[in-house]
Amino acid sequence: MTTASEPYVLNIGPQHPSTHGVFRLRVVMDGERIQDIDMVVGYLHRSMEKLAEERTYTQNIPFTDRTDYLAAMSNNLGYCLAVERLADVEVPERASYLRVIFAELQRLASHSMANGTFINDAGAWQTPLMYMFREREKILDLFEMTCGARLTTNYMRIGGVAFDPPPEFYPAIESLIDEMPTRIAEYTELLVDNEILIARARGIGVLTAAEAINGSITGPMLRASGVPWDLRKAEPYCAYDQFDFEIPVGHTGDCYDRFMVRLEEMRQSVRIIRQALDGLPSGPHKTEIPLALRPAPGEAYARVEGPRGELGFYVVSDGGPAPARFHIRAPSLINLSLLRQMAVGAALPDAIVTLGSTDIVVGEIDR
Amino acid sequence: MTAALDPIRAARVPLTGAKLVIGVIALVILAGIAGGVGFLVVSGALDGHWYDLRDLGIPIAHLRGWLDEQNKAQPAQLHDLLGDHWISYLTTALIGAIGILSFVGGVLLVLIWVERRLIGRIQVRRGPNRVGPYGLLQPVADAIKLIQKEVLIPNGADRFLFFLPPILVFIPGLLVWGPVPWAPNMNYLDLNVGVLYLIAISSLATIAIFIAGWSSNNHYALLGAMRTVAMMISYEIPLSMALVAVVLMTGSMQLSQIVQWQADHNVWLGALMPLALFTFFFSSTAELNRTPNDIAEAESEIVAGFRTEYFGMKFGLFYAVELGNAVAVGAFVTAFFLGGWSLFGLEQWIPPYLIFAVKVSSVYFVLVWLRGTLPRFRLDQLMAFAWKYLIPINLANTVLVAIEVTAFNHSSLPGVVSLGAIGVVNLVFTVWVARRWARFLGYRPETEHVLHPSLQTQVGGLRAAERLRASS
Repeated sequence: MTTASEPYVLNIGPQHPSTHGVFRLRVVMDGERIQDIDMVVGYLHRSMEKLAEERTYTQNIPFTDRTDYLAAMSNNLGYCLAVERLADVEVPERASYLRVIFAELQRLASHSMANGTFINDAGAWQTPLMYMFREREKILDLFEMTCGARLTTNYMRIGGVAFDPPPEFYPAIESLIDEMPTRIAEYTELLVDNEILIARARGIGVLTAAEAINGSITGPMLRASGVPWDLRKAEPYCAYDQFDFEIPVGHTGDCYDRFMVRLEEMRQSVRIIRQALDGLPSGPHKTEIPLALRPAPGEAYARVEGPRGELGFYVVSDGGPAPARFHIRAPSLINLSLLRQMAVGAALPDAIVTLGSTDIVVGEIDR
Repeated sequence: MTAALDPIRAARVPLTGAKLVIGVIALVILAGIAGGVGFLVVSGALDGHWYDLRDLGIPIAHLRGWLDEQNKAQPAQLHDLLGDHWISYLTTALIGAIGILSFVGGVLLVLIWVERRLIGRIQVRRGPNRVGPYGLLQPVADAIKLIQKEVLIPNGADRFLFFLPPILVFIPGLLVWGPVPWAPNMNYLDLNVGVLYLIAISSLATIAIFIAGWSSNNHYALLGAMRTVAMMISYEIPLSMALVAVVLMTGSMQLSQIVQWQADHNVWLGALMPLALFTFFFSSTAELNRTPNDIAEAESEIVAGFRTEYFGMKFGLFYAVELGNAVAVGAFVTAFFLGGWSLFGLEQWIPPYLIFAVKVSSVYFVLVWLRGTLPRFRLDQLMAFAWKYLIPINLANTVLVAIEVTAFNHSSLPGVVSLGAIGVVNLVFTVWVARRWARFLGYRPETEHVLHPSLQTQVGGLRAAERLRASS
């Protein structure tokens, strides 16, 4: 027996526990099945790319913190790399190592958050999230120790990093990365074999490798779909070519693979930090550059492997102290663009889990 | 590790003088109460028969006798109309109702705190610890806050129906406490059809929840209500089947008799029939909307489900009833499956209601533990679990239990041997049928389970992806 039904519109967001920010999904549903999804973005738009044209290159660094506020270090790094490429600034080796350490710490923090909120979306009432927050908190303490800020770090500088870490930083980070593998093992024990999580995430929101590449998906989502692509290997920046690490690659491209890839990347990040700490060279942490940097007219694009994917910064100079044009390739926005493809036809809870597994940060989507 | 790296230690508040004084006063008051009660017990107050709360029955019996005398003094027409003992019935009913109300209310105030503290500990945080000693007054503060809130009705809501559900869910929430067997002869409502009563009462809340979802004029609320109704109706069936097994085994629908049977045979029905215990417990979590079956108010999906538009004290009532029902489920799991007030003869020495309370708290603790640990199922998975899995295997279980009971009643073996045999058979059957039926339904853990990501050192594009796919 079938009963007559008609589709209705459900607004998920702008205020909703699972949109992770102010972002709205306009979902056309028939019962619990999703017929269409319309993504409405822009609630957090701050016009950063335009504002950047009024400020000097150094003044723009704090803006990059505020795009992806869960991965401020990676954003700082990408922007600084772009400006360094534009102005031909040499970076001391110690600064490169410190950049790697902080970018990887940021990846750990961001992946903790991503996996925690993903499990939260799957319905585990806050517990895994709080566990992962515990480790993230320690990483933010390290940031605070070094640069005084926890979230919007503003740590990288054009030509290096702002501060050398204080002496108490080293024992703290040592104990953290010694502890981290046992913590990751704890998450594995709690979640990886969990029947309910497997039932909720296996085979949900599948993206094949071809679809992911066509959709310009990057980061853990692309790797979960089975494509071994990581900018840290493919186009090493900073000192990544000197470290030994592996790229985790998923099998099916479903939500569960994305979760597992992130978990494995956390292990690899710990490996990289360990090597970078062991090989941390001495020397200056920064090259002195003029306060009002005036690069020769030209353009530069630098990209880094952020926690969410390929984070690109495009800067154009007209010879003045401020960029003539500034653009951010935000992985959150591009990864989100395939949500419709992944979620239409699924049930509402599946769409929420899929959205959680794409790991968006609304500050980066809207910029 | 530096202090900054240990947020818990850094957040620890030093013990100030004022706190110390308050703590000491609270301790003295508690000690005074405990001492007074102890003195009453030891000094043999109340006719010298005072042993525990059960013996409150002595003064109550006196009261009833007196009331019956008053009854006789009534005019004959009233006798004819209302029966011989109407005053005493009315009085005891009122006393019992007030007792249950105050007990449930008091327990709720404590349990809100307990649940939040436990969840806090499970989630490596501290839980409420600011209002009162150890945050014990937090529920009171919450209640005051909820009462103070402005009463708002969403635009387009059906005003009358919108007001109704919080009251409607509260009634079964209290009625369900009637047949709880606290201790021998300590039941408020010892019905001889107690099990039927329970099943009937527990399905009443469904209507209230559906009204709540419909009248709110909100898509989330409607979705939540539809989910709740679907789930509650589905899980009524396995829940009733688990109780059928209990009734078959004990030969009674009276809760006091069910507990008495377990006490007489020195066995817990849960150990005898693990499948029925699991079914009852799991179905109860579905009826309660608790993790892993909290899809009706799945926070990450439909915000708060049927009660999205309810706040203030209306929300408070829903919340209180849900919590009270969780404790009631603890009470019924205890009564049906964990031996009720009996503890292998120890009930002679320990007040039985204490044994009962400890067992109820343990079941409640398991509920909180589950809530703090597990993710949530999807609606269709839950429904499939009820209809395709629980109902068939419980049907088989019912047949098996019926055969066992017949054999048990006709055998001349000593009770220990035959009950032991029943327990072993049921355990083996449970494990076997649970695995076989899952296989039959297509559950293949070895192929579906964990596939760890492969670790690569070479980057590549689509071709590399295809190569990897072919090799795995």
